[in-house]
Amino acid sequence: MSIIDKTAAVPAPRGGDHTGPLLEVKDLHVEFHTRDGVAKAVNGVNYSVNAGETLAVLGESGSGKSVTAQAIMGILDMPPGKIPQGEILFRGEDMLKMSEEERRKIRGRKIAMIFQDALSSLNPVLNVGYQLGEMFRVHHGMSKKDAKVKAIELMDKVKIPAAKARVDDYPHQFSGGMRQRIMIAMALALEPDLIIADEPTTALDVTVQAQVMDLLAELQQEYNMGLILITHDLGVVADVADKIAVMYAGRIVEQAPVHELYKRPAHPYTRGLLDSIPRLDQKGQELYAIKGLPPNLLKVPTGCAFNPRCPKADDICRTEIPALVPVTEQDGADLPGRKSACHFWKETIHG
Amino acid sequence: MADLSNNDEAVAAAIEAPVAAGEPILQVRNLQKHFPLTQGILFKKQVGAVKAVDGVSFDLFQGETLGIVGESGCGKSTVAKLLMNLERATAGEVFYKGQDITKLSGRALKAVRRNIQMVFQDPYTSLNPRMTVGDIIGEPFDIHPEVAPKGDRRRKVQELLDVVGLNPEYINRYPHQFSGGQRQRIGIARGLALNPEIIICDEPVSALDVSVQAQVINLMGKLQDEFNLSYIFIAHDLSIVRHISDRVGVMYLGKMAEIGTDEQIYEHPTHPYTQALLSAVPVPDPEARAHRERIILTGDVPSPANPPSGCSFRTRCWKAQEKCSQEVPVLAIPQRFQGQDIPAAHSSACHFAEEKQVVPVS
Repeated sequence: MSIIDKTAAVPAPRGGDHTGPLLEVKDLHVEFHTRDGVAKAVNGVNYSVNAGETLAVLGESGSGKSVTAQAIMGILDMPPGKIPQGEILFRGEDMLKMSEEERRKIRGRKIAMIFQDALSSLNPVLNVGYQLGEMFRVHHGMSKKDAKVKAIELMDKVKIPAAKARVDDYPHQFSGGMRQRIMIAMALALEPDLIIADEPTTALDVTVQAQVMDLLAELQQEYNMGLILITHDLGVVADVADKIAVMYAGRIVEQAPVHELYKRPAHPYTRGLLDSIPRLDQKGQELYAIKGLPPNLLKVPTGCAFNPRCPKADDICRTEIPALVPVTEQDGADLPGRKSACHFWKETIHG
Repeated sequence: MADLSNNDEAVAAAIEAPVAAGEPILQVRNLQKHFPLTQGILFKKQVGAVKAVDGVSFDLFQGETLGIVGESGCGKSTVAKLLMNLERATAGEVFYKGQDITKLSGRALKAVRRNIQMVFQDPYTSLNPRMTVGDIIGEPFDIHPEVAPKGDRRRKVQELLDVVGLNPEYINRYPHQFSGGQRQRIGIARGLALNPEIIICDEPVSALDVSVQAQVINLMGKLQDEFNLSYIFIAHDLSIVRHISDRVGVMYLGKMAEIGTDEQIYEHPTHPYTQALLSAVPVPDPEARAHRERIILTGDVPSPANPPSGCSFRTRCWKAQEKCSQEVPVLAIPQRFQGQDIPAAHSSACHFAEEKQVVPVS
């Protein structure tokens, strides 16, 4: 019936001959050179995503979660941005060492991104069919007519009603949820192996958020894609993530499978975030609040960046940067996938 | 003329008087706001109206928090503006201590506005970047000099800064020197400046980081106890609304769908829209992922310029029947629950109201 169905019938050779994680970020640093000094937005981030897996990156504004994603996509503004060290391995190949030409081939085709604000990410003077079709015209050299047919199929795929009639509409004629669907359609157009979703539902209402997250999960399963979900919403993370990386001041402070993290956090920051969620049995009482403010990236505190806000902080926290170390059970048994960057992780998780 | 100003005085006196015990401080009755849609350039003729608020009624008591939730475009912010008298209502009344404020003007309106203040959503755009914090918080005193005499203002502003947990020495700083949470504290201090009785908070924490949200919510709770404030708390984050509210109203397309105490709404919702809304909220507990029933609504909110006939929710409702398209359901205790002393017996605007547990009880 359609071109998409045909291509879908012959699954693309996913994985190729590379074994191991789909994407691996190793010791990534990003800094911005500003007039006021060097802002260290990302200070040594490590994480990996496998095909079909969902990694949630959790953090407040300024924690470096979006900058990491932009570095992976290769859409970081450089200058003022700079990547002094680190590797981003996609199927084992370091993308930071590739030429601009090679990166273009990966961007959109292998790794795609969904942005937070669909209205400002779509071009207001071009109709959505043209913008969706652009993926096929640019990457596959398709004709305008064929590209439009594909655009309609994509809109059907993301369940936009009356796709045929609406393909010539402009972004402002769609509601917020529908616009986000168009963003998803655009990211899916070339059936990428990995999708990075940067706060995909933050601007949406809860009912629409549920629709969009469902759609994303469904498509992820269908294409066996890896998904990096960047968010600050602990509820959304609990709903969809397989594993979680919590970021603070440009570092990953805790890494864990989703169930483990909510049950017993191994970092005081994660614990603080979880405790500050309003709970039924605490109604009328004060909410637990992490005191103080997120740090200024031009002046990150010495030692552990969280120490001025941490209830457990001690002298060692003010002088030594804690490494991201594996977390174990009380008796020393392994906890696969769990890591914490806290000098006192033992007390936090077991005490 | 003399008669009129006399009347003004009487109204002003009534507004200054303390609220009678047991009486609501604010009574909203069938409030409507229709924005006209016009066609033509020279000879504008009205071709329709956006029914942003279409018959909303509720009471607010002293020292209580009423939460209002609903999707974007349901009219919650327009209600806030109408209560502040920033927009003139098309129809309906807002009684503040028995005086209908939608018809007031001049002195009496000024007196009302002193007692009803507002905290806005976006602390980045609601503070003038060219004014110092002292000027921002002190500006209400220019309009109501009776609250703080000229020589006393600086001290008063510093007191307010202290009350909201900011360093009083920051009085000469500009908004850009503060973080989002601190700016929202400045907005709250400005709202408190005239010792109001009611504060309308329009999404006061949704622009803030998670760890800072809790700080601001705690501050608002503390201030409520200290000054016996009544809050109207408009938000889309249902868990925060539940935490702070005594009663909750759910709005859909310019109408109140359901209203009751927080327990009645969250644990015994009877309106299908409330049930769908609650079930869509992600629960921060991965264990609940598997055994949680979710009602996913299809489609979007209909346009308020052309709302469906009968019940406005029927186009997305799974229970909709013939009756729903013909009769507008009234907001009242459903017939089947009347006279019963159970939590389900609260006002719900649905022909087929029935209880359904949607929030997992832990």
